[in-house]
Amino acid sequence: MELKDMTALELGAAIRKGEISAVEAAEFSLGQIERYDKQFSCFVTVQEDVLQRAEEVQKGIAAGAFTSPLAGVPMGIKDNMCQKGIQTSCGSRMLAGFKPTYSATAVEEIMKAGAVPLGKLNMDEFAMGSTSETSFFGVTRNPWNAECVPGGSSGGSAAAVAAGECFYSLGSDTGGSIRQPASFCGVTGIKPTYGAVSRFGLVAYASSLDQIGPLARNAADCAAVLGEIMKQDRRDNTSVATKGIDLQKVLHTDVKGMRIGIPADFFGEGLDKEVAACIEAAAKQLESMGATVEKFDMPIVKYAIPAYYIIASAEASSNLSRYDGIKYGYRAEHPADLLDLYTKSRSEGFGMEVKRRIMLGCFVLSSGYYDAYYRKALQAKALIKAAFDRAFERYDLILGPVAPTTALKIGENLSDPLKMYLGDIYTVMINLAGLPAASVPCGFDGKGMPVGMHLIGHYFDEEKILGAAHAYQQVTDWHKRKPTQLDRI
Amino acid sequence: MVITDELVTYLEALGRIKLPEESRAKAQSDLQEILQYIDTLSELDTEGIEPMSHALPLTNVMREDEVQPSAPTEEVLANAPVKKDGYFLVPRSFE
Repeated sequence: MELKDMTALELGAAIRKGEISAVEAAEFSLGQIERYDKQFSCFVTVQEDVLQRAEEVQKGIAAGAFTSPLAGVPMGIKDNMCQKGIQTSCGSRMLAGFKPTYSATAVEEIMKAGAVPLGKLNMDEFAMGSTSETSFFGVTRNPWNAECVPGGSSGGSAAAVAAGECFYSLGSDTGGSIRQPASFCGVTGIKPTYGAVSRFGLVAYASSLDQIGPLARNAADCAAVLGEIMKQDRRDNTSVATKGIDLQKVLHTDVKGMRIGIPADFFGEGLDKEVAACIEAAAKQLESMGATVEKFDMPIVKYAIPAYYIIASAEASSNLSRYDGIKYGYRAEHPADLLDLYTKSRSEGFGMEVKRRIMLGCFVLSSGYYDAYYRKALQAKALIKAAFDRAFERYDLILGPVAPTTALKIGENLSDPLKMYLGDIYTVMINLAGLPAASVPCGFDGKGMPVGMHLIGHYFDEEKILGAAHAYQQVTDWHKRKPTQLDRI
Repeated sequence: MVITDELVTYLEALGRIKLPEESRAKAQSDLQEILQYIDTLSELDTEGIEPMSHALPLTNVMREDEVQPSAPTEEVLANAPVKKDGYFLVPRSFE
């Protein structure tokens, strides 16, 4: 098999068997970046020590220090996860040049597994956006059609896997930021249960919703990556002890007898017909594999976006108050006084979408509006969780679309924030409920753009989600298709 | 809820940001549109519902109060845009 067609686990196995060295794999990925990244701009930073690290890992594998099935596999990290000594920009001018003095726990864990990081992946500024157009470092493009967005905010993480520039990546998901770009780029990605992966060292956007997870070519790879990073961490008090991921269990999941529910309210106004048809076909496929599939009502769906944007903006306005131009980050020149230093640094350092969310957050938290907005949103959050808890009494998994459309053209949504927010309808409620959910490739629209199905599980049911996705990927080949234009670049 | 120019100014002050003059009007209308949509939440009956901050029932996660070494000064200051003699340097804040 050619390197470019290998999954992360296949490459890891080939490295273990000595059929290929970690250094050769790293050289291959650096070549892919050289070849494709001018076109797609997935990476903000390509590390200088890639080959050195690959050599080190190769020695470690030989010495028995790295036993992970992913050891030696080249990967990428979203640019909002701290990595010691490597610029962690969050796609913002505010953090341009910021080199953390420590690494995020998820980064440390994947390094312990023998990962060979290629560099940092582009994203919407501070993870606020669904298009990867708001980065200070430029627009990332969709490998299926460079005129289209890759989705966001983990657009670089999804596009780099789709373009074959890396074998898997780490992304983060606050309101759909792993799943929506995975759907737009035709890769598999999972947002784990809130608390399953430590957020220590992840630059905070909305702390009660943020979660790190993998994007890869298939569900098996996602399970392998997730297994390495799903560890309780005393440095994040919201992280919890889990039983981890049993890769064998995932690989041998049978969907026969699984009860799958589809919220009828996911198929309302705004859902593209071609996307709906792909999801219906995926449901039929799962049914033919022995699952029972039925629709049910979930009217709370329409309140998810308002509740999400209140909570996420409120937390963002609070979290981003740390950027003051003093401790780290951008500092404006010639301030009149201390207050002017804060205001000038923040005004020059943050882009428009970040400013918009800070202002919205300040509004919903300000006295006189707190009860009507913030408190009300937390009540809606409780109702959303309760609705899912009730659904999971009857179903093993919930199925639906990830996004109402396939990837839009670059620039299409940038000037209309509300329109962009509405695209998050199916994903944000999962973060509010804290549930795990994956995007799994399940078809293409008439323009040849990928469609992802949303597989949602109950708390800590990552194995079940990825197991069902893996079983589906054994009988379908959507996840194996590649943009034909890659051969022409 | 109407987003007035005064409210925009108030929110700028709360957020310690200043919008560029040319994008103020657009920001105001965008916020208005977003808020109008967000206001649909008021239809939802939440009578008697306890607000939920976290989905998982984690309360009072404790750890031992152990002394740990702090980061060395050079590391803490490593990313400071302006520093002097081992300190962050800020403009004079009172006369």
